[in-house]
Amino acid sequence: MISTQIQTAAYLFASILFILSLGGLSSQESAKHGVFYGIAGMIITILATVFGAGVEGHIYIIVAIAIASVIGIIVARKVEMTAMPQLVAILHSFVGLAAVLVGFGSYLDPATHLLQGAEHNIHFVEVFVGVFIGAITFTGSIVAWGKLDGKIRSKPLLYKGRHLVNIILVITSVILGVLFTMAEGNEGLPFLMIMTAIALFIGVMLVMAIGGADMPVVVSMLNSYSGWAAAAAGFMLGNDLLIVTGALVGSSGAILSIIMCNAMNRSFLSVIFGGFGEVMHGSEADMVGEVTSIDHEAAAELLKNAQSIVIVPGYGMAVAKAQYPVHDMVDILKKAGKQVRFGIHPVAGRLPGHMNVLLAEANVSYDLVLEMDEINEDLPKTDVVMVIGANDIVNPGAEEDKTSPIYGMPVIQVWNARNVIVMKRSMAVGYAGVQNPLFYKENTDMLYGDAKESVDKLNGFLRG
Amino acid sequence: MKVGIPKEIEPKEFRVAATPKTVNRLIKQGFDVFIQKDAGLKANFSNEDFKAAGATIVPSAIEIYKECDVVLKVLAPKFEEVELMKEGLVLLSYLWPAQNPDLLKKLADQKVNAVAMDAIPRISRAQKMDVLSSMANIAGYRAVIEGANHYGKFLNGQITAAGKVDPAKVLVIGAGVAGLAAIGTANSLGAIVRAFDTRLEVAEQIQSMGAEFLSVDIKEDGATASGYSKVMSKEFIEAEMALFKAQAAEVDIIITTAQIPGREAPKLILEDHVKVMKAGSVIVDLAASTGGNCALTKNDEIYTTDNGVTIIGKLDQLPNQASQLYGNNLCHLLDDMGKAENFKINMEDDVVKRAMVTYQGKINWPPEPLPVSPQKPKIEEPVVSPEELALAKAKASRKKIIGMVVKLSVIGLFLFLLGKVAPSDFMGHFTVFVLAVFVGWQVIWNVSHALHTPLMSVTNAISGIIIIGGLLQVSDDISSPMTILAFVAILVASINIVGGFFVTHRMLKMFKK
Repeated sequence: MISTQIQTAAYLFASILFILSLGGLSSQESAKHGVFYGIAGMIITILATVFGAGVEGHIYIIVAIAIASVIGIIVARKVEMTAMPQLVAILHSFVGLAAVLVGFGSYLDPATHLLQGAEHNIHFVEVFVGVFIGAITFTGSIVAWGKLDGKIRSKPLLYKGRHLVNIILVITSVILGVLFTMAEGNEGLPFLMIMTAIALFIGVMLVMAIGGADMPVVVSMLNSYSGWAAAAAGFMLGNDLLIVTGALVGSSGAILSIIMCNAMNRSFLSVIFGGFGEVMHGSEADMVGEVTSIDHEAAAELLKNAQSIVIVPGYGMAVAKAQYPVHDMVDILKKAGKQVRFGIHPVAGRLPGHMNVLLAEANVSYDLVLEMDEINEDLPKTDVVMVIGANDIVNPGAEEDKTSPIYGMPVIQVWNARNVIVMKRSMAVGYAGVQNPLFYKENTDMLYGDAKESVDKLNGFLRG
Repeated sequence: MKVGIPKEIEPKEFRVAATPKTVNRLIKQGFDVFIQKDAGLKANFSNEDFKAAGATIVPSAIEIYKECDVVLKVLAPKFEEVELMKEGLVLLSYLWPAQNPDLLKKLADQKVNAVAMDAIPRISRAQKMDVLSSMANIAGYRAVIEGANHYGKFLNGQITAAGKVDPAKVLVIGAGVAGLAAIGTANSLGAIVRAFDTRLEVAEQIQSMGAEFLSVDIKEDGATASGYSKVMSKEFIEAEMALFKAQAAEVDIIITTAQIPGREAPKLILEDHVKVMKAGSVIVDLAASTGGNCALTKNDEIYTTDNGVTIIGKLDQLPNQASQLYGNNLCHLLDDMGKAENFKINMEDDVVKRAMVTYQGKINWPPEPLPVSPQKPKIEEPVVSPEELALAKAKASRKKIIGMVVKLSVIGLFLFLLGKVAPSDFMGHFTVFVLAVFVGWQVIWNVSHALHTPLMSVTNAISGIIIIGGLLQVSDDISSPMTILAFVAILVASINIVGGFFVTHRMLKMFKK
């Protein structure tokens, strides 16, 4: 048994450790220590709570944590880096689920019903809000997981009047909330359950309406929600540590969402209300010039003659798992004395920073991996740019064509380089559904085929 | 279909219209390739090389002109060659249609369908077939090398223990493909490069290649819709001459590349310009074959004037690579015309209809004009006075302040109302919450973009902190609904914590320098 003061002190210490853990992520070096701050904070928290006053059922706690640890370690060990978005999404859903359960638990706690007046009202509102956010996070994350995993079509599900339906549902929830707060004893339970069902439904519809290209925003948005859900649970339980941590995670997700939205030049609201991923038909007739293709031998020749090379990967590289042969290629080219670097667009992939992780997994040194703004300046001096499985993020239409749906989105200006090789399966449009004038440019050559096989072939020619 | 390549009969021509590599491409396009014996010798391609690439060697040009459907040549054919050609033969070569009306007539009489490679229009789509550009690129490079050779001093500046060497100054006149190639080559050899062109739009290209753009004070743009330059006004030419005279006295190497299609090359370096040049300096005249940009140039000759200036009127062609590039240009054109299977002379095609100077016995020259240079729409910038600007600025900042005040008052009012109804406990938690949001905001903006995925997984782990809720609710009585709920909550939250931290650690370990 430890006293409440000691427990508070331990929580404060844990908060500091969590902040340091997140702060550590400002650089690759400090990040490695950061994780251990986080782990230490979590251990301190759990011990301080378990040994605090009034905690019972230690055996169940140990059993639950033991089972969970086994599951957690197995999943974390096995997961492929290309599947990180799915893992992140499913973990968000767990937080949501836990928040719902804790909310119900808190409502069922007999102590809750001893509260009077404003305290009673505030507490019930906290429970209600906590469950509401938790439930949306729960089902939203599951749908996001399904979409990312290809189990659910990534096309947005849109129907007429969906905004109206959503508004009605939210209003209904508010009314239910009022009824719930006024109810005596355990009589409010049905209201809470109906609201939970509504919130679960809202969560599903919210993410169903969002298309493939917006997935990075959705995942970061759900990240943010899971934080707010934790914070709401903190209010519910009067626990400052939960509040602090929830707020940290919540603002982290919110910032990621903002960064992603800026990178797509879209307002946050328009992403949430969905519809971006729907296929818009760009007209091919508008394209000036001719698409030229190149074979592997000639592409390898171009690379051999180049001094500086920039590789721009997109989700296609992840799908084809081409990051390993790409790393081999970088090695060959670097040995030949060439400057090889990567240019990463903030929304490349399905998760913020996804490309960086994939390249790190393939052992590509992070010194070579640059951000969009860093690489754009150097592109006019670059001999060859290889675009691997990316489309919208290298679309010059975003800068030149005012009618383009992605006009104004910052893009990697690969067309400024002397030669561009675009590796692509076919001439199909990207997620935004817009034609890419890049392919029609004079200095662009298409290299059709599966990214992994193509890079393997290139490596063969480069070695030979 | 049969493609034939005769040997060039002009003794001074070292190039050949196909190389082993382009033969390979032609075969891939579906053609049978026939090449005259020894056609590539002067460009260092042996008969064996061609044979190995898949071509059939034939002893004389007669077989080629009689048997083949398409003939690839470099220089315009002489009359005796044209006489050998069969009816309906497609000829691809230089023809200079504007200067050679007799040749066109002869080709038309012989019913040869002749494509003048020098008449390929300069549009984006046809750039890969543009022999003038590919050859000019070589000429530009060669001009610098040749000039440097005759100059006989360092081009780059050096500071050595023995003393300082000044860099050479090179003036390039005309910034077409040849001019730009010359600028690039001279610049990479370390010379100080200046360049002049009447077309103002090329200033940027000149600067990007590393040269200083010289201009005269008279505003006149020499650009025309065809991409070449026009003849300038008298005042402009006077100013230009004065500029060249001043430059001539100062620079060490002058490279001139100014040509106007179908006309004699403009005289830009006059006798008195050459007189003021330093002894030992060099003029390389790339327009020598059309009369020369320098008044003293002698075509196909290199000589030194009385005051020690070397004037170069002939250049080596780098026949090996020139043949390769020329051959590639031809392959691209054949590609465009449908390769072997679908070979078709499409007189609707923008490129073919302009370059096909004789077709089915008729002369098809001159073609209709075609504008090329991208037309830049002139944008009228609204004139804004400084006072207006200051006023607008003040307005904007006032608006900003008002907006801020409104926002803060709303927030203040909200907090006041909240404080009125909420219990003190809640206010304490709320304070912590708001401050934590601010801390999070500051901390997260510093996170490196590359680490956004680890950030998400670590926040995933940390948000498992909700486990506290479960821990506080679990009781010894497993049958109570509250304990069951709490048990599940602890379970899923722990998966989050363990899985999240573990996978983050795994990811971060992968980031290596």
